[in-house]
This record gives sequence, structure tokens and C-alpha cells, in this order.
Amino acid sequence: MTGRRPTAEIAAAVVLAAAAIAVLPRVLELFALINATVYASMAVLALSLGLVWGFGGILCFGQAAFFGLGGYGYAVAALNVADTTWAVPIALAVPAAAAALLGYVMFYGRISDVYMGVITLTVTLILFNFTNSTAGDQWRIGAAPLGGFNGIPSTPPLNLPGDPGNPLPPERIFAVAVVCLAACYILGKLVLRSRFGRVVVAIRENERRAELLGYDVRRYKLGIFTLGGFMGGLAGLLFANCVFVSPTMFSLFYSGQIIIWVMVGGLGTLAGPIIGAVLLQALTTWAGTLPAVNPSLILGAVLVAAVLALPKGLLPTAAAALRRLRRRDAAP
Amino acid sequence: MTALLSTEELCMYFGGVRAVDRVNLAVAEGELRCLIGPNGAGKSTFFRCLTGQYRPTAGRIRWRGRDITGADSFAIARLGIGIKTQVPSLFEGLTVVESVILAQRRRHGEADARRRAMAVLERLGIAGLAARVVAQLAHGQRQLVELAMVVAPAPDLILLDEPTAGMSVEETGRAATLIRELNRAHALVVVEHDMQFIKAIASTVTVFHQGRVLVEDSVARVLADPRVHDVYLGRSIAMPGTEGG
Repeated sequence: MTGRRPTAEIAAAVVLAAAAIAVLPRVLELFALINATVYASMAVLALSLGLVWGFGGILCFGQAAFFGLGGYGYAVAALNVADTTWAVPIALAVPAAAAALLGYVMFYGRISDVYMGVITLTVTLILFNFTNSTAGDQWRIGAAPLGGFNGIPSTPPLNLPGDPGNPLPPERIFAVAVVCLAACYILGKLVLRSRFGRVVVAIRENERRAELLGYDVRRYKLGIFTLGGFMGGLAGLLFANCVFVSPTMFSLFYSGQIIIWVMVGGLGTLAGPIIGAVLLQALTTWAGTLPAVNPSLILGAVLVAAVLALPKGLLPTAAAALRRLRRRDAAP
Repeated sequence: MTALLSTEELCMYFGGVRAVDRVNLAVAEGELRCLIGPNGAGKSTFFRCLTGQYRPTAGRIRWRGRDITGADSFAIARLGIGIKTQVPSLFEGLTVVESVILAQRRRHGEADARRRAMAVLERLGIAGLAARVVAQLAHGQRQLVELAMVVAPAPDLILLDEPTAGMSVEETGRAATLIRELNRAHALVVVEHDMQFIKAIASTVTVFHQGRVLVEDSVARVLADPRVHDVYLGRSIAMPGTEGG
């Protein structure tokens, strides 16, 4: 928590988002643009955990659950109500409500941190197994077949609000993803600047002291966890618009990957997880093109190297190096 | 007149161990009460019952006559009870002034909270530490920062658990002066076992022994009481209401 106003960071986010929307669709080919949209959705997902873990102090191993629920929520709603204008709020409400319910059970049940990690991961894997077992025509919600292992490949893309006959092209979907990422970053900044955010950080620092000062820590933890669930769901919705939803969204691979993005980018920052997600996702994509190399192996090696060489993560390490350079330049 | 804080037959058992056993205590508005006793006497457990850390096995805790037995710590704090723990409990990564602002901002806006926080820090003589990160502070400074956080919301009653723990003789002397000064505005309950400190703050003293109240009187009388000498020296004595020692 600093006394600095976040205006500069917010302005930078707006400028970067505007530049990305203006430039990238012109210079990238369609496949690369879709990949960039995937990166943006992953960045939103990383940001959601960065907020919950880095500032709320809640190590959630199951952020992928909200990601998957957002994706499935969108796909199912979009297939049932032809206009995606109504699918969006449904897709966001489902993971937020799931996070609120899960958070209520954990925080009001005074579950300890270790068990919280176990519970969140277990819930995610239950959802993974459940969605995997939904093959067959009997597994459908209205007009939407859940599709088992194959997921829902026929997810309709977002359309212009109120105009179902006008689906957005990939360039517009990319713009929506970038706007959502910038909006989530700005929302995170504003939340952390608010009284609620300051109390959340104080609770991370010392939960007992916060209680002794009269703060009901359960309420604050529930609030930040639900916000994280909402953002995770938004990431799932964006992902569903550029790839398709499948049980993989709930997988252990994703659950672990999100944690690695946040750790490598920098815990306790908002921009760090975004950087970590984009860099590592790009690395994973590149590694996937190499013959006889397992991308997970590379991701694991990067994590080990980052923990050993940059224990605070990329962004805090770079910021500290910059501060040292400035001090050295300022010295007579 | 209704006591500010009172307990009625308060008990806290851990299995067969009676850490607190039928304790009746009443603290009046503006009073400075010391709870003393040798190690294992039950005073810290009693303190934790008062602060909501433990839910008493039996008995009642009342705040201005209202039953608050088993209430959560945050609810107890909201009543107007400030709590200082034995080992300073602080927001390590925050600055001193941010910590004090957080301590009081339930009632004030940001600018007002900062001004009030600085006033509290000046009152405790640590305004110079305002911009320092808590984790960088020395033990004595940490004790004062925690006290500043406790005092900041202007509680009616302050509960202090061994406020001089880990302090030098000089720091203890300053703490005694500070506590007397705090008592002008707040009622205080101080759990302590340093007799020199108790003498320095001169108040009504409740002596705990084996989870029960052995004696309650002025500091001079308590210090002259041979039973108090005995329990501090580890001698067996007959407790009121029990058979034999």
C-alpha cells in the first residue's frame, strides 16, 4: 500500500490498450491475432489470481474453476439465448456466485489457509471430472450440449449489443479482450486504492490485528475472493470467444499454470501477473511448435529458474533494479 | 452504577485443566486495573476470553451490562475496546502512519484520519517514525506503534497484555508514564507480572492464582499481602472457596 495516486498507471493502461487495439489488428495475421486474444484472456485470468493471492493473501489453487465456469456459462447461455447481450451477464454471474458460495463456506467456516488450497483445487478437479463425463445427448442444458471431453465447440461469438445477427469479427473480439484486460487492471487499482482494498491488504499483513481493530476479516476476504471469481469468469468468457470451452479449462494444468504466471510475473503487483501470463503463454505456444519437447517441461523449468533467480518475480525485480540505477545516477 | 466491563463466574477449561475458574471482575469507567499473577496463573487466558480469542466454557462477560460472552474479536473491538497483545501484532509491510490510519478509519474520512493519526503518533512521541515501514522498527518502537493503533480509535477501555514485555528498564519507566497518561482518557486493564511496573502505575490490583482471583485490593495492600508473596515464591496456599491448598 502506497500513498501514490494510481492515475499514472491508469493512464498508461488506457494508452497501451488503445495502442494495442489500433496497431495489432493491422500488423498481425488472423492466427496471431486470435493468439493475442487468448493471451489477453489469460492475462485477465492471471490478474484475477494476482488480486486474490497477491493482495488478499488467499492462495487459491482453483482459479481455473471460475475460468471454466465463465466459459461454460457463456457457451451455454449463448446457445440458449440467441443474443449474447444476455449471455454475458449470465456468464459473469455464474462464476461470481460460485466464488461467493465457496468463499462463504471457507471464510465463515474459518477454514485454514492450507485447507483452503486443498478445497479450491478439489472443487476445480470435481468440475473437471464432471464436465468430462457429460458426453451423450442426455447431457444438455436447453439447446446447449455439454459435450463431455470435447466440450462445446460451437460457441457463438459475441454480437453487437442487442443485434444477434451481427457477430463480432476476430479483430473486434480482440479489442473487447484488450478493453476487458485494461478495465480489470484499472478496477484492481481502484479497489486497492479504496478503503476496502486497504483493509484487504492489512488483512494479508496481519489478520489477527485487523480483527482486533474491529474489521470482520471474513467479509473482506469474501469480497476480494468474489471479485477474483468474477474476473476469472470474464477471462473464461473471452477465452470461449477465441478458442472453445472444454473440460481442459478446469484442468490441473491450468490451475498450476495460473500460479506460475503470478509467481514469475511478481506477486503483490497487478501488472506482474499480466506480464507473466503473456510471456509464459507465448513461451508455451512457441515450445508447442518444437518437435519432441513437452511445453509443460519448459514451463516447469522456467518456474524453478524464476524461483531461484528472481524470487520476487520479474516486475518487482526490474523495478528494484531501476531504483538502484536511478540512485546511482543521482549520487555525486 | 453499571461496570464498564465485568465478568460473572467466568470459566475457561482445557480438558481437565481449569485455566480460568469462576472469576468475577468488574472494571469501572476510567479505572486502571492491573491483573497480576505468576506464570500459569490464568491471567493471559482470562485476557483472551475478554478479547474474544477464546470462547469461555461457562460464565458471562458483560460490556456496560450487555452480555458479550463468546462475541468475535472484531465485534468486541467495535464496542470501544482497544486490545494490545503481548507480542506486538502489527501490519509488517505497511508504514506506521498507514497502520494508525487503518486503526481509526472506521469513524473518519481520509484527510481527517491522517491528521488524527499524526496527532496520536505525536502524543506517543513517535511522530518521527510515521513514514517508516513497520517491519524495520526495533522492539520498543513496535510496542509503541501497536499502542498508537490501539489508542487511535479512542476506545473507552484498553486491554493491555504485558505491555512492557521485552522492554529495557528505561523503556519500562516511560511505558509506566504513558499508561498513567492514557488513563486520563481511557479505562485500562493491564495484565502484567513485573511488580516494579505495577508499583509505578499504582492502581487497583487483581491477583490471579491457579485460575482464580486470590486477592483484589490497592497496590500497596496487595504487595504487603503474605499470600501474594507466597504464590510468587511458588509456595502452596489455601485458595478462597476451595478446601486446602
